[in-house]
Amino acid sequence: MNIVIPIKQVPETSNVKMDEETGTMKREGVESIINPLDLYAIETGIQLKEEYGGKITVITMGPPSADKALKEAIAMGCDDGILLSGREFAGSDTWATSYALSEAIREIGDFDLILAGERATDGDTGQVGPGIASWLDLTLSTYTSKVVDVNLVEEEEVNYTTVEQNSIIVERMVEDGYEKLELPLPALLTVVKEISFPRLPTLRGKQRSRKVEIPQWNLENLDLKEEFLGLQGSPTRVVNIDHPKVTRGGTIIDVREDGKVEKAVSKLIDYLKAKELV
Amino acid sequence: MEYKGVWTLGEARDGEIKEVSFELLSRGRKLADKLEEELVSVILGDQITDQQAEELIKSGADKVLLMNAPALKDFIVENYSNVLQDLIAEYKPEIILAAATSMGRTVMPYVAIKTSAGLTADCTELDIEEDTGNLLQTRPAIGGNILATIKSPNHRPQMATVRPHSTKPAEKDESRTGEIVHLKLDSSLLDGRVKKLGFRKNEEDAVNIQDADVVAAGGKGMKKGENFAMIRELAGYFEGAVGASRDAVDRDWISYPYQVGLSGKTVTPKLYFAIGISGAIQHLAGMKTSENIIAINADPDADIFKVSDFGIVGDLFEIVPELNKQLAEEVK
Repeated sequence: MNIVIPIKQVPETSNVKMDEETGTMKREGVESIINPLDLYAIETGIQLKEEYGGKITVITMGPPSADKALKEAIAMGCDDGILLSGREFAGSDTWATSYALSEAIREIGDFDLILAGERATDGDTGQVGPGIASWLDLTLSTYTSKVVDVNLVEEEEVNYTTVEQNSIIVERMVEDGYEKLELPLPALLTVVKEISFPRLPTLRGKQRSRKVEIPQWNLENLDLKEEFLGLQGSPTRVVNIDHPKVTRGGTIIDVREDGKVEKAVSKLIDYLKAKELV
Repeated sequence: MEYKGVWTLGEARDGEIKEVSFELLSRGRKLADKLEEELVSVILGDQITDQQAEELIKSGADKVLLMNAPALKDFIVENYSNVLQDLIAEYKPEIILAAATSMGRTVMPYVAIKTSAGLTADCTELDIEEDTGNLLQTRPAIGGNILATIKSPNHRPQMATVRPHSTKPAEKDESRTGEIVHLKLDSSLLDGRVKKLGFRKNEEDAVNIQDADVVAAGGKGMKKGENFAMIRELAGYFEGAVGASRDAVDRDWISYPYQVGLSGKTVTPKLYFAIGISGAIQHLAGMKTSENIIAINADPDADIFKVSDFGIVGDLFEIVPELNKQLAEEVK
């Protein structure tokens, strides 16, 4: 079973600078990591590979330095990495990003499953995963919390007169419970934290990741519609950025010294009453 | 034909229209009034009655596009997406709003790609730009550290999801009238690839924390799972839900569906209790837009106090039982 995992490099801290002119994020000078929620997709992929064989290709769109994220994923146990990088991708929104990634995945070709994190911790949209599924007309399960089973039809068993085909059975987390779905492959799953516990890179994996060549794809070597890329390919425009005030300046009562818990709590009750909350 | 009108995408389960559908109408009504256009509630499902659809009209819809079919009973993104694309092509709405739920956040990006529409997730504010009539969409990003305003000047429809409970459902006006359009499902739009095999409801005392008006959450300071009993009691006085920080979930004191924060759920209740939660940036990202935040923590320097409207510094094992005691008297 061959798996593709689109990942994103995100800033380590939440103190990100914005470009006032374009309204996009400035990524220079900030320590970058793999989007923490992508690690669950990577771990799920590695577990599936361990059970069913095949290989895992990780792909990201970003600056040349984003190859670090790909190498880290390879150190965890992924096989290949592909970096989509070039000026033409700058300023892409989720529509343009999922277009570019889906074309690159089309180029990779031989895959059964795409695994993606639920969303990235910086942009926080959760739209690129479903977007890739839409571009590629794949079946989709979002908020996937469990892989229940994988049905792979053996090569020699494939009988074209029957409708039997490879499929994956998953659970997806919804507001009030879990839905169980069967999706024919190839499919795209976006996964939540509950699905797996990410492993650390191994020493052998790290050694291998140093040797792996990461090809760089862009408009020069990939068949892409330029008008679908970057800022010009993006339907949305950021027109304003505000920095909301974090501090609320509420009432804080310290009872550690005086031990007047009862009084502090009754003041809290008064607050709740004033706000019509009790 | 020009793109015109504001759509809200309602949600239903087992023939019942969900609350969030009515919240979307209060958002939509404001935009439709500014544009002087029609507000349409689109609802797909099975066995939704006209009587229920009337409720949407009383809550502000000028028109309800209602499609009932057994195949639409369950939300299957491929089917819903095909149907919506078909309706968009026919009716050409200018704006489509959906809830930022497991359904809205799945079907909206799927449809936005196919229709080349701009889509903005998790909006907290929506408005119409004076001169252009463009939809102005404001959303938090980067863990809530920035608020970005976004528009899609050259693409229609303009699509946005809004967080459940970020607005109140519109007041019902019994005298309002409108049109219910019964749509027939074109079965060629059914995708048929994905099968729903079952549904397992959340166990225990699980109230959907994103639906709750009050959330009482515990963190590392709770020391062990059994101590969440007092959090449950506290939540109980408000008929609220229990939440937890990642620290508590990672220690197996409570399960993942209760986790609030960047890798869990985002909640915006009227009242949020943070108990024994230090307020790591990842946790704040999931709750800091709550209307009222109450913090109880032993560490006066904990970041949670910075976002609190009311805080008590001290031993939670003394404070919370006292709080429960006083609340019990209030409730009586």
